Amino acid sequence: MKEKLLVKNREIVTPGEILAEGMSYLPSGKSAREDEKIFATSLGLVNVKGRVIKVIPLAGRYVPRRGDSVVGKITAISKFGWRVDIKSPFDAELNVAEASNRYIDTKRVSLDKFFALGDHLLAGIIEISESGYIKLSARNRPYRRLGGGIVVNVSPSKIPRIIGKQGSMIRTLKDESKCEIIVGQNGWVWIKGEPEKEMKAIQAIKIIEKESHKSGLTDKVKKMLRGKS
Amino acid sequence: MGKRGETKLIVNGKRLDGRKLNELRPISIKAGVIPEADGSAMVSFGETIAIAAVYGPKKVLPKHLEEPDRAYLNILYDMASFSTSERNRPGPSRRSREISKVIREALAPAILLEKYPQTNIDVFIEIINANAGTRTTAINAASVALADAGIEMRDMVASVAAGKIDGKVVIDLFQDEDNFGTADLPAAVIPRTKEITLLQLDGDLTKAEFKEMRKMVFDACKKISELQRNALKEKYKTESQGGDL
Repeated sequence: MKEKLLVKNREIVTPGEILAEGMSYLPSGKSAREDEKIFATSLGLVNVKGRVIKVIPLAGRYVPRRGDSVVGKITAISKFGWRVDIKSPFDAELNVAEASNRYIDTKRVSLDKFFALGDHLLAGIIEISESGYIKLSARNRPYRRLGGGIVVNVSPSKIPRIIGKQGSMIRTLKDESKCEIIVGQNGWVWIKGEPEKEMKAIQAIKIIEKESHKSGLTDKVKKMLRGKS
Repeated sequence: MGKRGETKLIVNGKRLDGRKLNELRPISIKAGVIPEADGSAMVSFGETIAIAAVYGPKKVLPKHLEEPDRAYLNILYDMASFSTSERNRPGPSRRSREISKVIREALAPAILLEKYPQTNIDVFIEIINANAGTRTTAINAASVALADAGIEMRDMVASVAAGKIDGKVVIDLFQDEDNFGTADLPAAVIPRTKEITLLQLDGDLTKAEFKEMRKMVFDACKKISELQRNALKEKYKTESQGGDL
């Protein structure tokens, strides 16, 4: 069979679209091989690097991965830890041993001194099993409890755009809005500052989410945050 | 109009709505019509309109429905009470439950359910206006909505009905042809692999007629599949210049 690449770099593809023919190309990301053809399995952008064809998804819910730092919400307190909603199909667990660098005596102190029901926190995923068990850690900085502030829900596929190249977008957001902003890989963004500034930062994030594929977005956001309205 | 098979449905080689025998109704597809859903689509075939919304993958509730190795696909087909000329009693019916099941079986082979173990994918389909071919329009809408939600699939399912009116084989029946024609064959196809995932038949056919219908359905589904892909790309078209990801 002939070797043939059927798509261009950065092209939008839909599920089932054939990307390449021939055995020398390799599928990666949201693509797969069937017989001698490689096809996309999800709506996404094509990224061709040499012989590797990768499809980066444009939509979809958060899929937890080890090493991700996520913004979560405490949904239950058990005897030896917390249950945390991290916007994935499965709840994550935060054990007392992973909550603080100090020793926590569960007989003496109540656990809600550290994280109470409904609290938000920044935590890292340290373990993930095939059966859907997710283990979190909040022992070391920057992982911590997020007191006050607002949490905004963003599509997880737009998170790279909110951070920007080498963090350019998130730096602009923080500098111009004068808010503390923490971006979780799961699509929750925590914002804390003066109430009006918080609202502005939220507006800016909504703009980024809506126009995530347009160029010159950093300047637009800068302009919007400096403007009066 | 008269009884089944007695009325003239083809006049001067054209159908009552002016179409040729192998011509589809005007089709419009729009992706992402419901912002709160993970994925959504509105599809219309002539006067038949379906809206589909996809939620998930999410937790399975009640828990006993959970499957250890793949996602639990839940489809709910419903006709709005105002969708038909005679008011339709709202809520689930024997008919809508059966069609939900049939649609589930038409879509499931195309979805990579094993990528989402122990989760639930919900697909809600509402028929806003019915003018024959609601199950096929529903499948087309659900398929676009699933892709819009970023669910991994082997291909997008395309669906259309073939039929027999005045002894001639035609594609994509509308209400009068469905009521007074002599056969109706709704089908769903995975275009890339040429698999048939839905095939129902109401009426009598000869072997030759069936073969002709099969060919017509595959040709039509190829066109529909193209329109589905364009609709999804259209959603991102205005956004896709520059930017980094």
